[in-house]
Amino acid sequence: MKPMKVVTSLGVALPAANVDTDQLIPARFMKEPRSVGYGQFLLYDLRHDDHGQPKADFILHHPEASKAEVMVSRRNFGAGSSREAAVYALVDDGFRCVVAPSFGDIFASNAVNNGLLPAVVTEDDAEQLLAALGNAPSAMTVDLEALTVSIGAVSVPFTLSPVWRTKLLNGWDDIDMTRQHTDIIAAFAHQYAEQFPWSAPSPPGASLIGKG
Amino acid sequence: MSSPTTLFDKVWRAHEVHRSDSGQSLLWIDRHFVHEGSFHAFNKLGERQLPVARPDLTFGIADHYVPTQARDVALVADPKVRSMIEQLSHNTQQHGVTLFGLDDPRQGIVHVLGPEQGLTQPGMVMVCGDSHTATHGAFGSIAFGIGASEVAHVLATQTLWQSKPKVMRITVEGQLAEGITAKDIALTWIARLGADGARGYAIEYAGEAIRSLSMEARLTLCNLSIEGGGRCGMIAPDQTTFDYLRSRPWSPKGEAFEQACAYWSTLYSDPDATFDLEVTLHASEIAPTVTWGVSPEEALPIDHAVPDPEQLSDPAKARQARDSLAYMGLTAGQKLTDIAIDRVFIGSCTNARIEDLRAAAAVLAGHKSRVPGMVSPGSTLVKTQAEAEGLDRIFIDAGLEWRHSGCSMCVGMNGDLVASGERCASTTNRNFKGRQGPGARTHLMSPAMVAAAAVTGHLADVRQLPVASLTPAGARS
Repeated sequence: MKPMKVVTSLGVALPAANVDTDQLIPARFMKEPRSVGYGQFLLYDLRHDDHGQPKADFILHHPEASKAEVMVSRRNFGAGSSREAAVYALVDDGFRCVVAPSFGDIFASNAVNNGLLPAVVTEDDAEQLLAALGNAPSAMTVDLEALTVSIGAVSVPFTLSPVWRTKLLNGWDDIDMTRQHTDIIAAFAHQYAEQFPWSAPSPPGASLIGKG
Repeated sequence: MSSPTTLFDKVWRAHEVHRSDSGQSLLWIDRHFVHEGSFHAFNKLGERQLPVARPDLTFGIADHYVPTQARDVALVADPKVRSMIEQLSHNTQQHGVTLFGLDDPRQGIVHVLGPEQGLTQPGMVMVCGDSHTATHGAFGSIAFGIGASEVAHVLATQTLWQSKPKVMRITVEGQLAEGITAKDIALTWIARLGADGARGYAIEYAGEAIRSLSMEARLTLCNLSIEGGGRCGMIAPDQTTFDYLRSRPWSPKGEAFEQACAYWSTLYSDPDATFDLEVTLHASEIAPTVTWGVSPEEALPIDHAVPDPEQLSDPAKARQARDSLAYMGLTAGQKLTDIAIDRVFIGSCTNARIEDLRAAAAVLAGHKSRVPGMVSPGSTLVKTQAEAEGLDRIFIDAGLEWRHSGCSMCVGMNGDLVASGERCASTTNRNFKGRQGPGARTHLMSPAMVAAAAVTGHLADVRQLPVASLTPAGARS
């Protein structure tokens, strides 16, 4: 993953609470391979009418919106399903940061694993940012080193777990990190199997297979 | 003497492989379930040319995309859906992972199958690329949903980096009245605390009402932990747990089972253990509960009315309620029992176990459903059991479709969808916009309440229907 320090880009407002992952990417698109680009599925049912026609007034259809890398929304963003496809949809559409008062836990982990910054601000600050953005994409800056989000004269702090901040600043990948601990893991697995021998799966005999 | 410890901490500590300088823990994973949606993770593994580290601790289950009308993958009309099922078969076979596939007599929804097979056991750390993995915490394990990158990490290393969450205890005092179920407990606490009320916490459910719940009901309760934002939900194992696990296909056998029970009996929160947050409900406060909006937090007792946004003092809540009412096509102040429905669905990892089907059948017996609907058992073994008890006849005689097992209309990935604008009374877990299909309107409730809605054609209080043998689905029989 590419290291992230400062995102200076356009930002868009999505002024809704509980933008769950089913809305971020409806389930029917998740059987597509990632190579088709998941950006086209982002918020699909919110941005299209019942006939599949784009809603012209939806913020992502603004002529400038394709350049936006930051989204500001309300509380409990990314709640629900663990589908990482919700993050793929945002990332493939060019987003690098979502700013909201709170995030679904699994979504936030998925975001960081894909280089998307989940920046937590207070409810009041989110409202300030939403008001500053209004109905059109506007220039904004997210500074991961200073932990601030700014739009013009409005600048507010955001929080992020220090672990995730380090990971994003360095562009680190968990599998690479963990594979440095191969010996510790092997030793643990050995000791664990001795301490909790019953935890190893005990496959059924043939006669048990049909039992519930 | 060690200091008083919570159930959560006992299990966490036993799995801590390593702690980084930054305080994150590398956790050992006892069980990892993969399903059709895990193809992204297998692809990530393939890109790095890595093997599955512990295929013996990894289990594949076909559930999200499986057809519920027939068990033959060749009959799946949509080639992309068929490909999802085939990719799981291919990936599990390639890596030597046990598969409970479409045509397996043990096939079922992962969160029904795992417990039913005895793969889920107390004191474990279990993960799956599905947010309802919290279900397995009903056995006193730490179980949680993860994303595809984390699935790839577990496949490659059998471990996962986690920051330790805070721990909250939800205590339900007293005994549930007749007709009140685990679903009602869950919707009640989520409505009270909010859909993000437990965000950042592991939840332990405790108290007299919880101890009286059957394993099936405990699974329903823990399943819904994520709908309140919880990282996981768990219940201390007890005799109910041990009795359930004895002689399950994958349970420890013989002496190993006795050793396991001795250890499992130590898994409880010590009397003086402290929690970061304590919430107490009394069972008598809990009524049959239904959702009216598009988040599980938008739930009310069935004898209430749809909220009036103009009466809500919090502008954010008022704005959210207006948006929810518009999507749901409801009028402020309308009685919940006046809401007519178009369809019912009984199924999902939340409420499709044998007790759930019995509870719904008890209400439907001798009646016709006024609306079309579908019943999809939680597993093929649940289906077989229900048929042995004659429950399938009750559903079919009522006019409902008796289907095969799968995630089905809870998420619609297999094509079982609620049409746009249709209103569905559903035993599932999410009333999100578009969850059951674009434009679909979902009301969540217990299986008996869905059956009551089917019989009357509108949301209804199951307690006011004449039912021969109405027992709470949560009661231990």
